[in-house]
Amino acid sequence: MKKLINKPEDVVREALQGMEQAHADLIKVFYDPYYIVRSDAPVQGKVSLVSGGGSGHEPMHGGFVGAGMLDAACPGEVFTSPTPDQMEAATKAVNGGAGVIHIVKNYTGDVMNFEMAAELCRSEGIDVESVLVDDDVAVQDSLYTAGRRGVGATVLIEKIAGAAAEEGRPLKEVADICREVNANARSMGMALTSCTVPAAGKPTFELGEDEIEIGIGIHGEPGRERTKLKPVSEIVEQMATAIVDDLPYKKGDNVLAFVNGMGGTPLIELYVVFNELAKFLKGRGVTIGRNLIGSYITSLEMAGCSITLLKLSDEFTRLWDAPVKTPGLRWGV
Amino acid sequence: MSVGYDDVVRMIRAFAATVAEQKEYLTELDSAIGDADHGINMDRGMKAVLAKIDGQPPTDVGALLKTVGMTLVSTVGGAGGPLYGTLFLQLGTATAGKETLEASDWAAALDAAVTGVQARGKAELEDKTMIDALIPARDAYHQALEEGATFTDALRRSAAAAEDGVKATVPLVARKGRASYLGERSAGHQDPGATSSWLLLKTIADTWAGSD
Repeated sequence: MKKLINKPEDVVREALQGMEQAHADLIKVFYDPYYIVRSDAPVQGKVSLVSGGGSGHEPMHGGFVGAGMLDAACPGEVFTSPTPDQMEAATKAVNGGAGVIHIVKNYTGDVMNFEMAAELCRSEGIDVESVLVDDDVAVQDSLYTAGRRGVGATVLIEKIAGAAAEEGRPLKEVADICREVNANARSMGMALTSCTVPAAGKPTFELGEDEIEIGIGIHGEPGRERTKLKPVSEIVEQMATAIVDDLPYKKGDNVLAFVNGMGGTPLIELYVVFNELAKFLKGRGVTIGRNLIGSYITSLEMAGCSITLLKLSDEFTRLWDAPVKTPGLRWGV
Repeated sequence: MSVGYDDVVRMIRAFAATVAEQKEYLTELDSAIGDADHGINMDRGMKAVLAKIDGQPPTDVGALLKTVGMTLVSTVGGAGGPLYGTLFLQLGTATAGKETLEASDWAAALDAAVTGVQARGKAELEDKTMIDALIPARDAYHQALEEGATFTDALRRSAAAAEDGVKATVPLVARKGRASYLGERSAGHQDPGATSSWLLLKTIADTWAGSD
């Protein structure tokens, strides 16, 4: 294992200390238990958004804390859900009296820990709404699985709902916007290489020199198919077909196209992916109204990418364009 | 004869030692069908439990087990935190205020623990989860008592049933948790959560042997 770390058990804390010093104008970091809040929290009268998940996906979620996006984020150990005491402390710290939304990615551990946290918060009189993100089309959604995983749509939900909350919209409305974005977004990922969890010390899975995994999850969960490396045009066509046919996205639809790097893929390749995606969508008669290209929901040093499409309404577009000022996403300010 | 407060402390220490010893094994099982952190997470949790109970004055059995549960909830994370946390919290709630445990107290505690874990994780038998070790263990314990077995013999039979339950997870296709993403590919692997549950029940049977 080659990593820029001191000791595996110190990675999360030392990264938080770095973030705190780098972005002292935007965020405050708490260490016992771990949580990050926007520097002006709690914002009185505003619905607050709290998310969280395992570390190793940076900038998500801590990098999305700030005006126009999340009020708080709870980082767990690498690839391990945070715990209810973190979520409870974060919820209390940002509650401005208008209620708190928990944005939960659909993983068994995250769901259970957030469920316990919501029970604790509600027992103390805080109005908590939980919304589940499950946009990964690689997983069959059935009674016989844990359901689809929450991936790229999480970033879009946090941005769009964050803008809605900033406008002073009430709890139910902001929660409905989260659910509506989730319902109109679909994603799929792929890996060129595995990643190594610092505490494990060896790659999460083995992938041959000439092999790729289509449909990979952000913790290295298996996808739909392991196949030989092929030109990016074919890879993008396979991923985009699965996404477009799932919702489905139809001729005349206007979408936000999000090409995300998994952590170890350079921006130049992400632009190549975007170029292929644009060609594909043009062929399907789908227009790209907005785009986001970069590494925003990563899987440590995994090489690969994910594609997320969100069917845009005028309201989604307006909320997407609204100002945001966080360590990981910043415009309009 | 019965199990006293010190026996419960001994059992918790023994379980922490077992988890530390089996850390790599549990993580290896988890890497086949999960995310390769079960042993690491449980070990972190049980080490935190030891630090917690070392630093606090003796309480009663119920309060002790609840402390274990709360500590696991706040240190393990993942799915293991809420599930093992709930298991110990329920053991503690069912034995609240008790200085010693009789065979019938443990029957009630096991019932509460299994019910709590099922309510939290929503798993059924044969979903390839810790429930596949816990339900057979609970049922075997009850059956042993009905047949007039001693406390320690019932614990031994309960641990044996858990072990059989663990082995029976191998051919199953997972329907809950991260392993369910694998679908058919999850068959042929032993469930790590069921394995750690069996290790707990085995530790209990071993440490409390001779309590009657």
